[in-house]
Amino acid sequence: MLYIKCPHCGLRSQNEFSYGGDATIKRPELNKEISDQDWDNFVYLRKSPRGKHLELWQHISGCRQWIKVERDTLTHEIFRTFKANEGI
Amino acid sequence: MTENFRLNKGGLINRNKKISFKFNGKKYFGYEGDTLASALIANGVHLIGRSFKYHRPRGFFGAGVDEPYAIVQMNRNHEVDPNVRATEQELFEGLEAKSVNCWPNVDFDIGAINNFLNKFFPAGFYYKTFMWPKSFWYKVYEPIIRKAAGFGAASIKHDKERYEHKYEYCDLLIAGSGPSGLASAYAAAQNGAKVILAEDKSRFGGSLLTSDVTIGNQTGKEWAEKIISELKSMPNVIVKNRSQVFGYYDHNMLVMSERVSDHLPKTDKYIPKQRLWYIRAKEVVISSGSIERPLVFGNNDTPGVMLSSAAKEYLKIYGVLVGKKPIVFTNNDSGYETAIEFKKNGIDPIVLDTRQDTNSEITKEAKELKINIKFSYVVVTAKGYKKVSSADIAKISEDKKNLTSIENIKCDCICVSGFWTPTIHLASQSGNKTKFNQEIDAFVPSQSKQKETTLGSANGVFTLEETLKTSFEKGSELSKKITNKDNTVTIPTVTEKKSSNHDKFWCVPLPEGKDYKRFLDFQNDVAVSDIHLALREGYRSIEHVKRYTTLGMATDQGKTSNLNGLQLVSDVENKLVPQVGHTTFRPPYTPVSIGAIVGREVGKHSKPTRKSPMHYWHEKNNAVFVDAGVWLRPRYYKQGNENLFEASKREAKNVRKNVGVCDVTTLGKIDIKGPDSAEFLNRVYTNAWLKLPVGKARYGVMLREDGIVMDDGTTTRISENHYHMTTTTAQAANVLSHLEYYLQLVWPELNVNVVSSTEQWAGAAIAGPRSRDVLQKLFPDLDVSNQGLPFMGYMEGNLFGVNAKIFRISFSGELAYEVNVESDNGNFMWEKIMEIGKEFNIQPYGTEALSTLRIEMGHVAGSELDGRTIPYDNSLEGLVSKKKDFIGKRSLSKKAYIESDRQKVVGVVPLDKKTSIPEGSYIVKDAKAKLPNPKLGHVSASCWSVEYDNPFSLAIIKDGKNMIGQKLFALSPLKNKTIPVEIVSSHYVDPKGERVRS
Ligand SMILES: [Zn+2]
Repeated sequence: MLYIKCPHCGLRSQNEFSYGGDATIKRPELNKEISDQDWDNFVYLRKSPRGKHLELWQHISGCRQWIKVERDTLTHEIFRTFKANEGI
Repeated sequence: MTENFRLNKGGLINRNKKISFKFNGKKYFGYEGDTLASALIANGVHLIGRSFKYHRPRGFFGAGVDEPYAIVQMNRNHEVDPNVRATEQELFEGLEAKSVNCWPNVDFDIGAINNFLNKFFPAGFYYKTFMWPKSFWYKVYEPIIRKAAGFGAASIKHDKERYEHKYEYCDLLIAGSGPSGLASAYAAAQNGAKVILAEDKSRFGGSLLTSDVTIGNQTGKEWAEKIISELKSMPNVIVKNRSQVFGYYDHNMLVMSERVSDHLPKTDKYIPKQRLWYIRAKEVVISSGSIERPLVFGNNDTPGVMLSSAAKEYLKIYGVLVGKKPIVFTNNDSGYETAIEFKKNGIDPIVLDTRQDTNSEITKEAKELKINIKFSYVVVTAKGYKKVSSADIAKISEDKKNLTSIENIKCDCICVSGFWTPTIHLASQSGNKTKFNQEIDAFVPSQSKQKETTLGSANGVFTLEETLKTSFEKGSELSKKITNKDNTVTIPTVTEKKSSNHDKFWCVPLPEGKDYKRFLDFQNDVAVSDIHLALREGYRSIEHVKRYTTLGMATDQGKTSNLNGLQLVSDVENKLVPQVGHTTFRPPYTPVSIGAIVGREVGKHSKPTRKSPMHYWHEKNNAVFVDAGVWLRPRYYKQGNENLFEASKREAKNVRKNVGVCDVTTLGKIDIKGPDSAEFLNRVYTNAWLKLPVGKARYGVMLREDGIVMDDGTTTRISENHYHMTTTTAQAANVLSHLEYYLQLVWPELNVNVVSSTEQWAGAAIAGPRSRDVLQKLFPDLDVSNQGLPFMGYMEGNLFGVNAKIFRISFSGELAYEVNVESDNGNFMWEKIMEIGKEFNIQPYGTEALSTLRIEMGHVAGSELDGRTIPYDNSLEGLVSKKKDFIGKRSLSKKAYIESDRQKVVGVVPLDKKTSIPEGSYIVKDAKAKLPNPKLGHVSASCWSVEYDNPFSLAIIKDGKNMIGQKLFALSPLKNKTIPVEIVSSHYVDPKGERVRS
């Protein structure tokens, strides 16, 4: 079980969090033309990297904040965690 | 009369407490402190079970966790416990156990015929034998294998025992209480670290309990006892016996199973049978010791052949002789310790040492004790069927290839020692890659991946002096990093015998003309010949060899067999062992009860149960409840002998005719505040929200980004910047996360806050033509007329002194209101509604009537919004704004979503107006078409229309709009029904929606 450092609450076990996928995906702006291809990429296409991955987790049984976690998908090592509004 | 193998004195058992127990129905006696294994051996019982594949007789091979043979089925506390190792099961008064893998009984076992048919059970026999003919698998092979296979039978009854989970955090978790565990725990504890010391066995001390050493001026055992009692007295130390750390998971999370009551006749009330510990440790010390390696020779699986360390343990801890004419067969000094122990107890052993004469301290001692030692000698084969009765022994040439002067000597046990294998399972599980140590012919941990340190013989260190020194030092060093304290511990002086080198020889060649089975894996019956065959057939990767031959795959996970298997592969392939590599170690190290994994979360406790504030009123009024997500909701209120169908029909009819009241507390509620709330809702919902006035509610649908409907509900503008959102019961948590996602990550510039208020409000839906009359009497001061409180209107009121929110919304399709009060006042509100509604013939209605009402009105709900449909499919296109953008809008222009024959929700009525259509039925054009019959869609929800008094269903079918009026068929292959139906509008009742506005 992962040990995730919530930037708001501190170290907490994985079972307090829910996973939210790739954190680098940016939602296309509202009311803006977008090609079918670009939209489909946004909705469906995700990389499945071996190694470092910046991902979203929500501290669902804690502060309910969405946070960003930089994790190695192979070793599960967590390098850093960020608040939602913090960049990398 | 069974022969007695118990010594008159010695051992750590309590000879003052005699215990009776039963094995295979026969009564025996043992002592407190015995294991089932030691007590059976004391009674001369060596036939314990039958082997997995050939059903060969099985005895005892070890004395602990590594035991591959002695697996029994226990009856304890009226429960069945399969897969119990007799070597670990402590004896208690009235214990009952029986053999597994034998039928009809252990002495006469029909499966043993496999032993004589073993040509048909070669390596990979699962894969080969049962491939042909294919049709035989289900009918012939599988049932036979099922009956013959497995290590015991699990109970099919609910396990009444109690299992618990515990979470713990510590600075150092130390797995194993041998010399390295005790020393590192002691040093860390002195530095004030929070320490957990776990020992699998009931007694602490590990090898110190049986080895002939002194530490300071004490024996090893005395020193261990002193350290343990000191540790137990320290507040920063948790000391646990009968506790196996079996798994090393991510981020230094380890899991330990504690056998709290397994050693007792029954589990006390409020005490668990087993407890699973989830331990998050800052540092982990693996002091799990090592397991003796077998030597491989002909028929080396015969009962009576066992590890020499086990024989020594039975002697020194239990005062039990494993035999009275022992052969000790060894390739290193360890075997002599056992031989000397026999000798000291008046038994004359013969030692066969594969090495040439050595002059190590212990061989000298053995010679002085006049023990018969034969150097350069081996056991060729054991003889005897149910127990060893003799052995063919031979002199072996210097190159270990030729056997000469083969002779047969009588014996009743053969104690083997093939040197030691460090127990690296936990280190390997932690991600440590391990390395091969040539000196000891075994793998040891290498670079740590997590915060773990392996000490003592688990790390390949076999002298006590070095073990204690490094363990004291490591314990200090690791704890100092955490506590910043540095209380030095003096390392005691040690006396122990110096050992000489072991012999790398481990597998005795076959004499000419003999093809004795020489076993590597004792639990899965994998012999040397099986590995040879697998390699001949082209298997190279050790992972493949393992799976093809099943080497190391049984419940003991190859604790005694892995290394010899690797040695053999490396010998045949002419590779070095590290080139062959070892298979991956995975948790659990030992079998774990499913009950322990599940813990207390069984039955009703598998999820929380939520009850509305009116729950006890429902209970008192004969409600029959149904699970709705985590909530319990009344399904119907039973009157007299009514069944579900009759009661729900009565309740629904009363709503259409008079007035009903339904507990809607469980609906998800989200409080939304902030100046940008309207803009936010406008982006979340598919319809327009910017112009919703204060005091008005609106129905909304929200999508996922892929265009699929996520949820629906009404949201009310309470004041300028304050909204009250409702969600379906099932989706409440997901919708909140969804909103938080967009507010925190996508549009953080929006000034909006959302919070769940589901539990804050109790809700009652009052529905039916007389609902306004009820409402007026509940709130006599308010104008609740059609003008005063129009459809989708909202107002606040005072319900006999209690603040209430009143929404004119309807799920039933009737004139209806929802009244919310703070949860604590829920029951008060409900009782008032029932009291006041009496004169209007009010009746409570449950979820079944609620469903009936919404289905015949054609209101879509969870069964239509099933995660596969878009707004159009549910006839909700009127709610999809063409002007503004919203979550998921772009997806709605996908080609598949705009095709003209897209599926659509419709109504379905059986032509006979009698036959109810099972939910999930297919709608097809031709009932007799060739299979697979092309399906147009499926029936999503069915009810008995109370308006028309006939069955009515909703279905989602292809090109649904154009199907209305057509005569089709509903097929339910599960219920074996074919029902001619007519497709009608989904709005079966009040299609213009006049009632809700009346
Ligand atoms: Zn948090």
